[in-house]
Amino acid sequence: MLEGIPLFPEQASNLAPEVDNLYFFVTAVTAFVALLVVFFVIVFAVKYRDRTGEKIGAPITGSLWLEIGWSIVPFLVSMAIFAWATIVFFHLVRAPDQTLEIYSTGKRWMWRFQHIDGQSEINELHVPLGRPVKVTFTSEDVLHSLFIPAFRVKADAIPGRYSSIWFTPTRAGEYHLFCAEYCGTQHSGMIGRVFVMEPNDYQAWLGGGGGGLSMTARGEQLFQQLGCVSCHLTDGSGRGPSLAGKYGQQEQLASGAAVVVDDTYIRESILTPQAELVAGYGPVMPTFQGQINEQGLMSVIEYIKSLSSQPAVATQASAPPAAGAAR
Amino acid sequence: MTTTVLPRVNYLNVSHGVLSWLLTKDHKRIGILYLVVVTIAFFLGGIFATGIRIELTTPQGDFVSADTYNRLFTMHGVAMVFFVLIPAVPAVLGNFVLPLMIGAKDVAFPKINLLSWYVFVVGFVFTLAAMVFGGVDTGWTFYTPYSSMASNSNVMLTGIGVFITGFSSILTGLNFMVTIHRMRAPGLTWFRLPLFVWALYATSLVQILATPVIAITIGMMALERALGFGIFDPRLGGDPVLFQHLFWFYSHPAVYIMILPPMGVISEVIACFSRKNVFGYTFVAFSSLAIAVFGFLVWAHHLFVAGISPYSAMVFSFLSFAVAIPSAVKTFNWTATLYQGAIWWRAPMMWVFGFIGLFLVGGLTGLFLASLGLDVHLHDTYFVVAHFHYIMVGGAIMGFFAGLHYWWPKMTGRMFPNWAATLAALLVFVGFNLTFFPQFILGYLGMPRRYHAYAEEFQVLNVLSSAGASILAVGYTLIASYLVYSLFKGELAGANPWLATGLEWKTESPPRPDNFAETPIVNEGAYKYSEREIKVA
Repeated sequence: MLEGIPLFPEQASNLAPEVDNLYFFVTAVTAFVALLVVFFVIVFAVKYRDRTGEKIGAPITGSLWLEIGWSIVPFLVSMAIFAWATIVFFHLVRAPDQTLEIYSTGKRWMWRFQHIDGQSEINELHVPLGRPVKVTFTSEDVLHSLFIPAFRVKADAIPGRYSSIWFTPTRAGEYHLFCAEYCGTQHSGMIGRVFVMEPNDYQAWLGGGGGGLSMTARGEQLFQQLGCVSCHLTDGSGRGPSLAGKYGQQEQLASGAAVVVDDTYIRESILTPQAELVAGYGPVMPTFQGQINEQGLMSVIEYIKSLSSQPAVATQASAPPAAGAAR
Repeated sequence: MTTTVLPRVNYLNVSHGVLSWLLTKDHKRIGILYLVVVTIAFFLGGIFATGIRIELTTPQGDFVSADTYNRLFTMHGVAMVFFVLIPAVPAVLGNFVLPLMIGAKDVAFPKINLLSWYVFVVGFVFTLAAMVFGGVDTGWTFYTPYSSMASNSNVMLTGIGVFITGFSSILTGLNFMVTIHRMRAPGLTWFRLPLFVWALYATSLVQILATPVIAITIGMMALERALGFGIFDPRLGGDPVLFQHLFWFYSHPAVYIMILPPMGVISEVIACFSRKNVFGYTFVAFSSLAIAVFGFLVWAHHLFVAGISPYSAMVFSFLSFAVAIPSAVKTFNWTATLYQGAIWWRAPMMWVFGFIGLFLVGGLTGLFLASLGLDVHLHDTYFVVAHFHYIMVGGAIMGFFAGLHYWWPKMTGRMFPNWAATLAALLVFVGFNLTFFPQFILGYLGMPRRYHAYAEEFQVLNVLSSAGASILAVGYTLIASYLVYSLFKGELAGANPWLATGLEWKTESPPRPDNFAETPIVNEGAYKYSEREIKVA
């Protein structure tokens, strides 16, 4: 009778078994507690039933030891769940170093995915089997949330910020992709498919044309067109700091604070340059708000990344970076 | 049971006419006035829920349009949260029985009490107007920037309605707090208070401290929507996540406004029908306060995937586990109360059994969501919907009905048919589980909430859920029928049909306008059941 009714989601990423094991453990613990209480309630209710309503119960008022016991034991058990869940969580939110980078923007009511090599796709996401993938994304309008149940990953897409999810697909196939944060009329239509492909098929798909410029090349183009290049000279002699080798490094700010140069910081520096000024440079950079869109920003970020000491240059023709075949 | 007659002069017949109700300062009549509005809101919320469940019987969005569906679940949430769950137990049952329970003639500020009801009604009218003029589609959570910049539904009217209603909650909390401090009968020390009074006290604390924050938050959202203030929209330099922090800083404690008073009801009913003390009285009393205080420190567990730092997520996860402990302690104490009791299976007690079963599931599934590694997958899925319905409906509404059945003879002077009320409790329990248990499975499968259309493989579980909802509807209709019937044909109850302790049972049913002929003097704890009194009664 239950055939065809799924009761449990597919496991299609390295993270899925980790989340599921925790889920089974918490289910077992909570089911045990629930059944224990229900058992006692039923036993007491039947055993001590009084049909007349005229008897009175035993003069019991309480027990300090029981109170202490049933406070401390649940606390300890819940701390065990807390610890395990936190370890899983840190694994879910901390991507490994070497990942295949994919960028995405959500807007009402579609997801656009941008591969570094230039391909972009709408409401479909193609990823290779067995390689860690990191999707960095933002929203162009209201809140959205990128959710791939088979991978057990989710993060909100927040306008003005970058979020990311990562996963290593472990099973080829086609999976759901949902928007999980309510976003208006067609919220339930903001869905798509994730295609996990054998690495060879993936390469073939990447080479399938329609790609256009790689993100790095597009970013370089914007870097020239918008005039970034005239101040951010690579030798450091310009009016703005050199960007070579800066990605992922710590930068000293004029305010005395320090900041790690990441996607969010680069984005902020382009749109509101005075917000966190690098020490030693004047507030001369104009804002580029309105002159560059979300995809453009992501391309420029990818270009700046490519300027770092270990360039992860990936053009259409080249083989994918020797990414960590981790886990 | 001794034969009785209705008291010659009681709060119901002391004066007549609509004005005598609309201008009353009697806490008992004000409780009834709240009951009327809450019932209307519950009916409306139920209609919206019916629309939702009909739509979800098929994967395609084919019963109503997407925009209509979004309005249905939003208005279901708004009606049920702000106009049913928050006022149901404190404003209806609390108003009616609190002064009776502490041996007072009324609350501390009877005029302010009436004012709270009017404020509540004005807020309700604004919200109704928003519904009539086309509804609102932001979800009851009003998340920005959708609510402030994108939605073209009646966000402002609804916001004004919720804003105004909040003041009613604050005034009631204030009134109850002063009442409990100042109006207790001679000899009624803090540790002789019924546990419902402790629960109302803890609730008042939350109402007074948390509710202003929702008013401020909705105010800011309105400023952004109407005047373009950049508070939450990043295009104006705002931060959308800030809204979530502020919203949940009220709305998580609000969950405890909804559940603490029903927990108090459960303590009363379980003591009465077990004929004994509540096990661990002081622990149950203080766990209410602990929940009220800890409840303020867990709001960001609604934001685990909203881009907060993983370390702050860790702190909020820890605190969320911590707040579960006092609730567990209460549940264990209720169970232990049954031990060696003399358990009288009357209808109010059946609602308590239902409450324990459903609240257990609701509370324990909260541990899944407090677990960071699981919440990433479960957040914004049907698992969350199932969890909070187990708490809000399984806990708060079952508790409300336990209390309504328990005090109904006191409120009306008449009994309802016990068999009908027992049957209703069973129907609601079964219907509820059939409606919401499949949603846990749907959630883990990955079905997101607030979806008008969904993937085909989710259909069977959704059909089960809709089938359960129809049983639930039959259960609720049954309650309305026999309660109305009892008003006219119900057996006369007498002062104390349940042979309960507690000052409210020492006066006639329905009580005289000034509650007590002479101020009672208390010289023992709340639940001193003795053979002698039961026999005499």
